Amino acid sequence: MSLPPFERFYDQHREEIFGFLVRRLGRDRAEDAFQETFLRALRAYPNLRHGEHLRAWAYTIASRIAIDEHRRPRADADLPELESLDSRPAFAQLEHLADQLSPTERAAVVLRYGYDLDYSDIGAALGSNATAARQAASAGIRRLRQKELR
Amino acid sequence: MNAVSPDLDRRFRNAAADEGLLDAAYDFVDSPVGPLLVAASKRGVCRISYDADPERELDHLARDFGVRVLRSAKPIDPARRELDEYFEGTRREFDLPLDVALLADFNRRVLRELARVPYGEVVTYGELAARSARPRAARAVGMVMNRNPLPIILPCHRVIGANGKLTGYAGGLERKETLLRLEGAIL
Repeated sequence: MSLPPFERFYDQHREEIFGFLVRRLGRDRAEDAFQETFLRALRAYPNLRHGEHLRAWAYTIASRIAIDEHRRPRADADLPELESLDSRPAFAQLEHLADQLSPTERAAVVLRYGYDLDYSDIGAALGSNATAARQAASAGIRRLRQKELR
Repeated sequence: MNAVSPDLDRRFRNAAADEGLLDAAYDFVDSPVGPLLVAASKRGVCRISYDADPERELDHLARDFGVRVLRSAKPIDPARRELDEYFEGTRREFDLPLDVALLADFNRRVLRELARVPYGEVVTYGELAARSARPRAARAVGMVMNRNPLPIILPCHRVIGANGKLTGYAGGLERKETLLRLEGAIL
C-alpha cells in the first residue's frame, strides 16, 4: 500500500488521536500534544516506506509525546504521575526484541509494554478491538519467550 | 466535546507551513468563476484548478511534489489576495513566485510568452506560436493552453482563434468570456 498524501492521513486519524490525548492528558494539554504529534509525524512522513499500519504509527508518536508531557513540570495542576515514567528504556529494549514479530504483534507488544496503553487504545490503534489487541500482545510475548528459551 | 476544534486544526495547518514541512499546500479561493483550488510548492504557486475534485488533486499534488500535501490557508494567502484584487478590477498583473519546474521546455517557453500578453489584450494561437519561435505550432500551443497548470495567473484566456472566436478553454468557454469581459477585452 503506497503512502497516502499527508492530508488524507491527518484527516483519517486526527479525531481519534485527539481523543486519545485528551484521555491521557486532559483537554488543555492535549491541544499542544496534538499539534506536536502531527508535526512530528509530518517530519518523519517522507521516510516511511509504505502506507501500512499508519494508525498504529500515529498512536506510537502520540503515546511518546503524552509521556513527555507527563514528565514536564506543571504549575497549575498536580496530575498523578504515570507509572510508566521509565518506559522509554523499556521501549528501546522491546523494539529490538520485537523485531521478529508480525507487525500487529509488534505494535501490540510495544504499545502495551513500552507505552503502557490499555487494550482498548491498542485495539483502536490496530484498527480492531481490545480483545484482539490482548491476543496479539500475548501471542507476541509468548513468541518472544520461546525465542529466549531457545 | 473531545473533537478537534477548528482553531486547533488551523493552528496545526499553519504551524506545518511555518516550519517549512510541506511539499505542497493548497486551499480554496472563492471567485466569480467559482471556487478555485490553489496550490503552492516551496518554489511558488504550482496549480490552480477549476471544479477541483479534492481527492484527485491530492493524489496529483503528492505525485508531482511529494507526499507532504496539506490544506493550509497561510501559504495560499498571497495568491488569494492577488486573485481577489484581480477579480475586483484593481490588479492587472500578478506578482507571485510560480513553480513551473515540472513542465516540458516547450510548455515553459510558450507560457513565458503567454505571461507577456498584457491585461485586456488578446492574441491568437498562431501569434503565440510565432512568439515562442515555433510559428507553425499553433495546435501544439493550443495543447499547452489546455494543460496550463496556472490559469488566470498565466492568462490562457487571452488566447483566441484566428477567426476571432474564443475557440476553447479548459475551464469552459463561459469562464473565458467572464475573464475577458472583466478585463474589458470584449463587451
